[in-house]
Amino acid sequence: MATPNTPLWEVFIRSRNGLAHKHVGSLHASDATMALQAARDIYTRRGEGLSIWVVPSTAITASDPAEKGMMFEPAETKIYRHPTFYEVPDEVGHM
Amino acid sequence: MYTQALNMAEADDRHIEDVARAAQFQARIDAEERIEPNDWMPAAYRKTLTRQISQHAHSEIVGMLPEGNWITRAPSLRRKAALLAKVQDECGHGLYLYAAAETLGTSREELVDAMLAGKAKYSSIFNYPTLTWADIGTIGWLVDGAAIMNQIPLCRCSYGPYARAMIRVCKEESFHQRQGYEIMLTLCRGSAEQKAMAQDALNRWWWPVLMMFGPPDATSQHSDTSTKWKIKRFSNDELRQKFVDATVPQAQYLGLAIPDPDMTQDADGHWRYSEIDWTEFKQVLAGNGPCNRDRMAARRKAHEDGAWVREAAAAYAAKRAHRQTAQAAE
Repeated sequence: MATPNTPLWEVFIRSRNGLAHKHVGSLHASDATMALQAARDIYTRRGEGLSIWVVPSTAITASDPAEKGMMFEPAETKIYRHPTFYEVPDEVGHM
Repeated sequence: MYTQALNMAEADDRHIEDVARAAQFQARIDAEERIEPNDWMPAAYRKTLTRQISQHAHSEIVGMLPEGNWITRAPSLRRKAALLAKVQDECGHGLYLYAAAETLGTSREELVDAMLAGKAKYSSIFNYPTLTWADIGTIGWLVDGAAIMNQIPLCRCSYGPYARAMIRVCKEESFHQRQGYEIMLTLCRGSAEQKAMAQDALNRWWWPVLMMFGPPDATSQHSDTSTKWKIKRFSNDELRQKFVDATVPQAQYLGLAIPDPDMTQDADGHWRYSEIDWTEFKQVLAGNGPCNRDRMAARRKAHEDGAWVREAAAAYAAKRAHRQTAQAAE
């Protein structure tokens, strides 16, 4: 018997340490409530988090890896955006 | 987000296997870069990984059966809670791995259907029965121990989603091995009958566990390309030797004898084991192990018995979605 495909969800968890929600993986569930319960069972069996987001995978728009160059290169050439680009004499101390 | 790979397969890399792209791909692998789902990859890389990751996932799922056999008969509440948690972990591992396999473009439903149809394999080790409580200790200690030996290098596998899944799995497996060893230790410190039970379990599991690492290097059909692609970082025989060297002192501590009287320690400290019976391994892989039919029947029954739940959940989701659309229209 062919099995009907169940929608895919991406799971994000905010850990105890106050960091932002982080992608931890994906799962299948037929609706949001079940996705949330499944995420609890699959991804937080050892107290990994205090908050879960589930997002339908189809709702995510991702950048195209083939256009990685065009997308990210402009930032790579702008080294003056980093603090280490600027010279501050040692005598001035930590800045 | 990995589902995009599902939509792109047609357009992207079905027919194009140009030399330049393949060379570029290999250069990325050689530079220890991780390959991600939407990146270009040779069709054979996709196929190899889909096979390997889905087999790994099926193994986790089928692996719940031999241990599940003892949940209701665990000797104490403490042991029962631990075993229940371990079996639940195996299920979780199966699900992380299915998710990783799906990023390569085959849906979980297709992967599961292939296993239920007998077209996809799972680890040979789960076709052996768990006859006594000592088998649960031995599985944790040796089967999970061997799995960890295999899986730690996979945390650095070239395919990103697989490597990330393995990191999670390895963290959790450590508890499995320790709880198994603790069971063995308790039995070995118990009555003479308990110790004999532990020895009997070791006798039965030792050789099948060594077979878990796969055929010897001289005959392994997948190793060469898998090594080139950095899916595999150590050969079957290397990992098997590492496992034996780690396990012998643990058995000695328990006061148990490895069922290989000809085993000797060489000048470099490695324990040299006797010839493995590869005919048995082939027989088990071919479906003729002690429990192959049982395992497949149990998986098929679970899948069929769960069909109404999947159908009801889908129907409920559809009804809710329909109602929301109707309310929005008002």
